[in-house]
Amino acid sequence: MGIQRSLNIENEDILTGIQGFLTAILASQDIDAMLVPKRTSAGHSIMPVLISHPRELNGVDPISPQFPLNAARQVSKLTKKPSGKKIAVLLRPCEIRALIELVKLKQGDLSSLLLISIDCPGAYSNKEWASQCATQDMPDAAEFIEHRLSGRDLPIAKACDACEWPVAALADIQIGFFGMDYRKQLLVLFQTAKGEMLADEMALESVQVPEHRSRQLNEYISNRRSAKAQMFENVRKKTNSLTNLEVYFEACVNCYNCRVACPVCYCRECVFNTDVFDHDSYQYLVWARRNGSIKLPCDTLFFHLTRLVHMSLSCVGCGQCTNACPNDIPVSDLFRMVGEDTQAAFDYEAGFDPDQALPLSEFKENEFLDVAGV
Amino acid sequence: MAEFNPIIIAFVCNWCTYTAADLAGTSRIGYPENVRLIRVMCTGMVDPQYIIKAFLEGADMVLVSGCHPGDCHYINGNYKARRRIKLLHAILPTIGIERDRLKLTWIGASDGIQFARTMQELVVQAKGMGPGSGRPEIMT
Ligand code: SF4
Ligand code: SF4
Ligand code: FES
Repeated sequence: MGIQRSLNIENEDILTGIQGFLTAILASQDIDAMLVPKRTSAGHSIMPVLISHPRELNGVDPISPQFPLNAARQVSKLTKKPSGKKIAVLLRPCEIRALIELVKLKQGDLSSLLLISIDCPGAYSNKEWASQCATQDMPDAAEFIEHRLSGRDLPIAKACDACEWPVAALADIQIGFFGMDYRKQLLVLFQTAKGEMLADEMALESVQVPEHRSRQLNEYISNRRSAKAQMFENVRKKTNSLTNLEVYFEACVNCYNCRVACPVCYCRECVFNTDVFDHDSYQYLVWARRNGSIKLPCDTLFFHLTRLVHMSLSCVGCGQCTNACPNDIPVSDLFRMVGEDTQAAFDYEAGFDPDQALPLSEFKENEFLDVAGV
Repeated sequence: MAEFNPIIIAFVCNWCTYTAADLAGTSRIGYPENVRLIRVMCTGMVDPQYIIKAFLEGADMVLVSGCHPGDCHYINGNYKARRRIKLLHAILPTIGIERDRLKLTWIGASDGIQFARTMQELVVQAKGMGPGSGRPEIMT
């Protein structure tokens, strides 16, 4: 069941340890380039950067509690057509799940990729991150991990607080700190054939996965589940009628940022950008007359409900829609909740099994017989 | 207070349910005018957006009705419709649109009588449920 190694950390400098490991991966004959989160030159942001020269690995920072975008869409750009190159990509668990959905939608391909992931303790929203940077030095990543594992309350993104998948299921190589004395030693799991091929080149020591790992993970996950239950309970009350839903989205200005930020909003051209919604001037007056008035821009709920129908089956709960909303609407609370309902209806789990077909991509004669009838 | 007169938007397949409605008409079997038929070439072309739009515009009930399983003229359009309705059934109740406000039925071309009966039954149900939440106040 895979190869288990340990990555020793010197001087409690986790970041340098991980950078060293990534340098070794990039040096491998089998890898041509690497997509990794890297600090921007001004230092306050982290963005995915495609690196082909090891010199550029300086500044790579995959443990900073910052998650400005879901990089699955960027990986899709790199793999939707064959490039003949092998690329290592370092992604959070929810980015990998989004990527799996894009692969099923034929907007990405896993065959040229080496998937690396690190245990994920969550991240701050963009706004919270900016305000933390304004009042103090960059939040310390190791301390952040420590607080998250000890259950201390941090103002992290709600989606992350409610996320029960801190470990990627499908990574070829998983770097772990759950259950480890991670200021000294990280776990490195080579868990697939692709991953195992690289294990020997990495010159790491063999290690047993400590028993403590699953204990600590389970405790962390059960805390996340309670946070999720709480979140669902709140959002359910706030969205249980069209009137309440209107209140929920009352600050929405139809900017569609949530859709742009969503890694699994898959349409090449969104119908809300087409002529279908470029209504005649006269039409607005007809609507206003029929209803007494009409709010402009209109079609706000229509937009959000359409998005729920189109992509909730693939929602991975990454929270980026909320992160992108200029008006602080908790979009992902609702999408995650509805996504769980729709996925359950089809016995489907977004982002796990690449061989499980998308629910709306197959249709059978003898199924869901109870749907029809008066 | 005037009696509540529900509006039922029915997307009906040209080859089956629409033909059945036609047959009901030519056989002089009446059906309630609450039902507004929208003829489509197949239930497989009923985009869930049409259904959402109908509810947002004030429909009290939406019906999608097509050919019996195995009879779809485009082979599997009705199976696609079934999965889409299943999807909507998982979403709409969360936002206060009860599952029973969205119906799917199979009514074949020769089922004029069944068509009329089904429409009557739906109107009874819609009246029982009261106005849908998307109804603009001025309309009610
Ligand atoms: S709807 Fe929001 S939470 Fe779900 S995948 Fe898209 S961006 Fe992430
Ligand atoms: S990002 Fe926010 S304001 Fe913009 S469309 Fe989405 S919910 Fe509305
Ligand atoms: S042709 Fe009637 S449902 Fe497809």
